[in-house]
Amino acid sequence: MNNIVILPIIIPFIIGAILIILYKRHAVQRVISGITMLILLAFSVFLAIYVYQHGTVVLEVGGWKAPFGIVIVADMLSTLMLLLSTLVGAACMFFAFQTIALDREKQFFYPLFLFLMVGVNGSFLTGDLFNLFVFFEVMLISSYGLIVHGGTGYQLRESFKYVIINVFASALFVVAIAWIYSIVGTMNMAHIAQRVAELDQAGALNIIAIMLFIVFASKGALFPLHFWLPKSYYGPPAAIAALFGGLLTKVGIYAIIRTFTLIFNHNLEFTHKGLLITIAGVTMFIGALGAISQFDFKRLLSYLIISQVSYMVMGLGIFTPLAVAGAIYYIAHHMIVEPALFLFAGVTQKITGTTDLKKMGGLIGTHPWLTWMFFIAAISMAGIPPLSGFFSKFPIILGGFEAQHYVISGVALLVGLLTLITMMKIFSQVFWGKQKHTEEQGKIPVGKLLLPILPLIALTIILGFAAEPMFTYSMGVAEEIMNPTNYIESVLKE
Amino acid sequence: MELLMSIVIGIIFSVTIYLFMSKNLLRVVAATLLLSHGVHLLLITMSGLQRGAAPILSFDADAYTDPLPQALVLTAIVISFGVTAILLVMSYRTYKVHKTDDLEELRGSADE
Amino acid sequence: MMQKPNNMMLQTLARLIILIILSFSIYLLLAGHNSPGGGFVGGLMTASAILILYLSFDLKSIQKAIKFDYIKIIGMGLLFASLTGVVSMLFGFPFLKHFFDYFTLPILGEVELTTAMVFDLGVYFVVLASALTIILTIAEDDK
Repeated sequence: MNNIVILPIIIPFIIGAILIILYKRHAVQRVISGITMLILLAFSVFLAIYVYQHGTVVLEVGGWKAPFGIVIVADMLSTLMLLLSTLVGAACMFFAFQTIALDREKQFFYPLFLFLMVGVNGSFLTGDLFNLFVFFEVMLISSYGLIVHGGTGYQLRESFKYVIINVFASALFVVAIAWIYSIVGTMNMAHIAQRVAELDQAGALNIIAIMLFIVFASKGALFPLHFWLPKSYYGPPAAIAALFGGLLTKVGIYAIIRTFTLIFNHNLEFTHKGLLITIAGVTMFIGALGAISQFDFKRLLSYLIISQVSYMVMGLGIFTPLAVAGAIYYIAHHMIVEPALFLFAGVTQKITGTTDLKKMGGLIGTHPWLTWMFFIAAISMAGIPPLSGFFSKFPIILGGFEAQHYVISGVALLVGLLTLITMMKIFSQVFWGKQKHTEEQGKIPVGKLLLPILPLIALTIILGFAAEPMFTYSMGVAEEIMNPTNYIESVLKE
Repeated sequence: MELLMSIVIGIIFSVTIYLFMSKNLLRVVAATLLLSHGVHLLLITMSGLQRGAAPILSFDADAYTDPLPQALVLTAIVISFGVTAILLVMSYRTYKVHKTDDLEELRGSADE
Repeated sequence: MMQKPNNMMLQTLARLIILIILSFSIYLLLAGHNSPGGGFVGGLMTASAILILYLSFDLKSIQKAIKFDYIKIIGMGLLFASLTGVVSMLFGFPFLKHFFDYFTLPILGEVELTTAMVFDLGVYFVVLASALTIILTIAEDDK
């Protein structure tokens, strides 16, 4: 029965391989990959419920016992992330069906998409540090393929930088792995956590913690390693940008949460209260300023990712159950709303043919449904009750004040205000004002494009109105990850 | 032996950094290649360079070698093979489309 | 007009060399599961043998002789490798659990056969086909 946890990794892998064989028949590819995403989504719902009821599920791959072999671990945090990633993946896939150009579709779009899902799901589920590196690489190599997909000059130029940054970060990851191995002599994360607790080597561990933090921060786009994100996310089409905005940075954040709750939880004053909170505060502010100064829809949203991602790091840095639960809730909220906003950018681009905010206007007259759906996503992002944005920011900031981190909590409140201004800027530029698109453009039907976004919008409303059960669940996740003995025991079976 | 390897790794890393600083597209690709070599050497050196029999297969040797770092390095080499391949193709396409391999010209303007 | 270079030496030797490289690469593939070798090295070596063919004769005549679609071979290899893991799942064992046994075959005598070799065969095809795809794509683009 433990084999079920490998299925979210192996299903997209096998289907991706089949799609490579069928690479000339893109209509078949489309149908198969659509069905696969739906199956994955249904399966991850099942897995989340199963783990919630029966506790952590551990698979020892190949039958090799825990500290020696590779383990695949599904605990509540992993299954929540898995559920969100397949949800976002499915929405982006169905959006891509209608927007992606035919010549791009022929260039292995669906296999790359599915292999990206392999990497993302694998990163969430693995319990082995080196295996995490491998799944990171699977994810990154597919993302290299998707980010240059179509091969326009702009994409090639910016993707080259994206690739170089990530290759460098991956090299640092291997160096950090080498150092950890030389100190503790194991790669199993639960076993590392156990040995680190027994060791008394604060200095060496601090260095490794910073090293891993740099690696994950460059994936998660935290200051000062955020500079690659806005330019490289601008190039690819909206469906891919939404997928990246929803998933890739969150994989970095997940890795930070996993390692800094499981392994590096012995020197909180330095790692959490010092490093994480400072970086989170600066990133938040820089990202919000970047977003407010942009006049391009996609670039603005890219800066928004940077500022929003640091709320999760802040929640982790405060490290009280309330704040960590807030961070978990925030991940769920962000992974739903951010891709939705990117997909809206794709819809408006389809209508007006541009992503420049100054060249758009008056969409409310021709496309009222689009406008009001965007409005819900925007105020949810800005953190206005009763939507999910408010109920996820609230525990983080409340936790900050309770733990007497006044500066960071103040910055978080200020950034919330700046986010509201940013969202209102988009709304007033794109949807209000004089109509700048032609009458023919105004008649472009967008109903089918809005269909994949609808579940995301519905979820942000549901997560807002059903804040109580969702928060209880987040609290459960937070208590589970802040008490790593549970994880260690279920992996090592002691 | 570990000391010698550390010096070699240090030299490889400094050459890598030098190549990363250059303006030429291909040199940067070469830098990533060298970087991965340095990292793989580091991985195998950090676990201690051991001489001994292969474990599990036999029980009568005096010393055994830890197989894990070797497995890790093998995996890392395969991954860097894939990354290098994709990077080479990508830089080739960049060169073809932009008709330059000077990274200074591939900066892109600041305001876009 | 430039005279066509004389490739006689290369072409004659290539036939011999390729035979040696191919047989050694198959040896590496079969030895891989518990001694030095494996699908990755074997695949790269086979790819290099085929590339010598492409170098010594010209691209078009080889493409007429070898009519495989390398991209499909990549897919097949991936499928092979992943299905070895899934098969053990179907029998209720953990994913990727491997089995081995000793068989007495004619001519070869007693040999060890493992399921890891099937996995290696998949890796072999993936590496072979992807290396060739990358190099041939650039080579064809250059004209």
